[in-house]
Amino acid sequence: MFYRENGQFKTTYRADQQVFPILQDRVAIWALLAAAFVVVPFLASDYLMRAILIPFLIMSLAALGVNVLVGYCGQISLGSGAFMAVGAYGAYNIFVRIPGMPLVPALLLGGLCATAFGILFGLPSLRVKGLYLAVATLAAQFFSDWMFLRIKWFTLDTPSGSVSVSNLQVFGLPIESAASRYVFCLAVLVVMAVLTKNLVRGAIGREWMAIRDMDVAAAVIGIRPMHAKLSAFAVSSFIIGVAGALWAFVYLGAWEPAAFSVDLSFRLLFMVIIGGLGSIMGSFFGAAFIIVLPVVLNQVLPALAGLVGAEISTVGISHAELMLFGGLIVWFLIVEPHGLARLWSTGKQKLRTWPFPY
Amino acid sequence: MGFFLETLFGGLMVGMLYSLVALGFVLIFKASGVFNFAQGAMVLFAALAMARFSEWIPQWTGIESRWFANVVAFVVAGLIMFAVAWLVELLVLRHLVNQKGATLLMATLGIAYFLDGAGQTLFGSNIYKIDIGMPKDPIFLLEGMFQGGILVNKEDLYAALIAATLVAALSLFFQKTGIGRALRAVADDHQAAQSIGIPLTHIWVIVWCVAGVVALVAGMIWGSKLGVQFSLTTVALRALPVVILGGLTSVPGAIIGGLVIGVGEKLSEVYLGPFVGGGIEIWFAYVLALVFLLFRPQGLFGEKIIDRV
Repeated sequence: MFYRENGQFKTTYRADQQVFPILQDRVAIWALLAAAFVVVPFLASDYLMRAILIPFLIMSLAALGVNVLVGYCGQISLGSGAFMAVGAYGAYNIFVRIPGMPLVPALLLGGLCATAFGILFGLPSLRVKGLYLAVATLAAQFFSDWMFLRIKWFTLDTPSGSVSVSNLQVFGLPIESAASRYVFCLAVLVVMAVLTKNLVRGAIGREWMAIRDMDVAAAVIGIRPMHAKLSAFAVSSFIIGVAGALWAFVYLGAWEPAAFSVDLSFRLLFMVIIGGLGSIMGSFFGAAFIIVLPVVLNQVLPALAGLVGAEISTVGISHAELMLFGGLIVWFLIVEPHGLARLWSTGKQKLRTWPFPY
Repeated sequence: MGFFLETLFGGLMVGMLYSLVALGFVLIFKASGVFNFAQGAMVLFAALAMARFSEWIPQWTGIESRWFANVVAFVVAGLIMFAVAWLVELLVLRHLVNQKGATLLMATLGIAYFLDGAGQTLFGSNIYKIDIGMPKDPIFLLEGMFQGGILVNKEDLYAALIAATLVAALSLFFQKTGIGRALRAVADDHQAAQSIGIPLTHIWVIVWCVAGVVALVAGMIWGSKLGVQFSLTTVALRALPVVILGGLTSVPGAIIGGLVIGVGEKLSEVYLGPFVGGGIEIWFAYVLALVFLLFRPQGLFGEKIIDRV
């Protein structure tokens, strides 16, 4: 009843092609952004921000990057954790080795390191396709695991590759408190998300989608597969690299190579598949689901066990968590293989036609 | 030369074990088009079941014979793997027919998480050992030809023998039995197989059962080598390059790929490792597989991938 585009006439191409063509959507998104920037930092508790909101924001960014590659360009990648690691360690080296390096350029340069790494490991995609490629991208993952553990130059000769950063500042403002970290991550995420959205609805995004849908057909109509695939790898690994740098600098503070293991790559892929392949909105949904689920399980399981009078050990909880996590993912893939984004658009469609569903 | 041969033999033995794990991947992919990431979890699950039952059975029955305990534990663990296969088909695969490869891959990852959790909840999460009485002492071969001969681990030799026997038995099963013929028909063409009356769902259960048995044997051998613990799941990740090197759809490919990867891994570690800081085994296998893939994108023995618009 309230969600209608009736009467909203488009009189210019600009108006017709904007990201949110429906006025209600635009209002909602501005309200959401205002709330996220202004209200949440004052209301949310430190725990909520540190344990849920900050990881959610950073993982959304990473999922966005994975979605560019997997969802838009159709190249299944299991090496996302490696791109995050390269971003994190690249930014770390630039931040520490160059005295007086500001944080934001360091993060972006870290992203560029990941871009180079991503293009290098994207090269096989020109020849290898599908599941073969998925396995091939694991090479990037294991190579980076090894590189940051064994090549001491990258980690300034610290034992087992564990490094830390402190005294982070952005434009002279320290980002130490949870709220400032939250706002910083949110700002980076919003900028990146807007850029990505505009990329994927532009010419290059169409090339990616053509390659995804059928690469031979795309090549026949004049899309250069090499250009399209490598640019998808470059953009995606840049975003993932920046996310990795943020994850390390802002969320972890001190980290070692194991923080970016193959498990992280799997989780990132879960995020985009559960959220919805080829959907910006889906990246956020997926990240929220995968970040919040373990936290909720962690809280709920002991309570449930208490109800039936059983005592679960910490180890038992972590195992039960694994089981439930796996089970829920399978269940989810069965009931909604197209992801949460599809549920969202179905819901919107229902809302538009309500109360007459035809 | 002696040292080189020794490394080569070591690589071949390890390679045989890799091909055992890789075989599980290939069987399932051929029959159902599912790239089964849960194979590693199945190896761990089966090994845990076997280790714990071989520990419990003497306690329950009071029979102290190690052979009896191992055989019964093997059978029980095999039955458990059959149950897992049946449940996977009933609860997961049946509902995911005609989904995209990526979705199926994710579903098997979900199964992998579930099995990891379930296995450790049911059977405990410490390090257990499987003692199937494999001799640990090394033997020396070709002592006449080289100074000191070639040192070969007897345990590896036995393991490779078991693996080879299993592979031979499987190929007999596939070539000579009726079920095997049905499995090959399904692998060739789902629709054609169904149209002549081969029940797809039964075939899937059978294939997952076979993969479960393969996982059990792999878990038994790896478990008796390394101890049964969570890190067994990484064995599957190390067998993945074998699968793509040999080709996702080829049983001989899995075996030859395993040998190539095993040898390549050991030789690279010994001759290349010292220059770059060691520990390169894990990614070298992938890079080796990638180099092969650049020349043959479908793997060494995989079916040629033909793209049509």
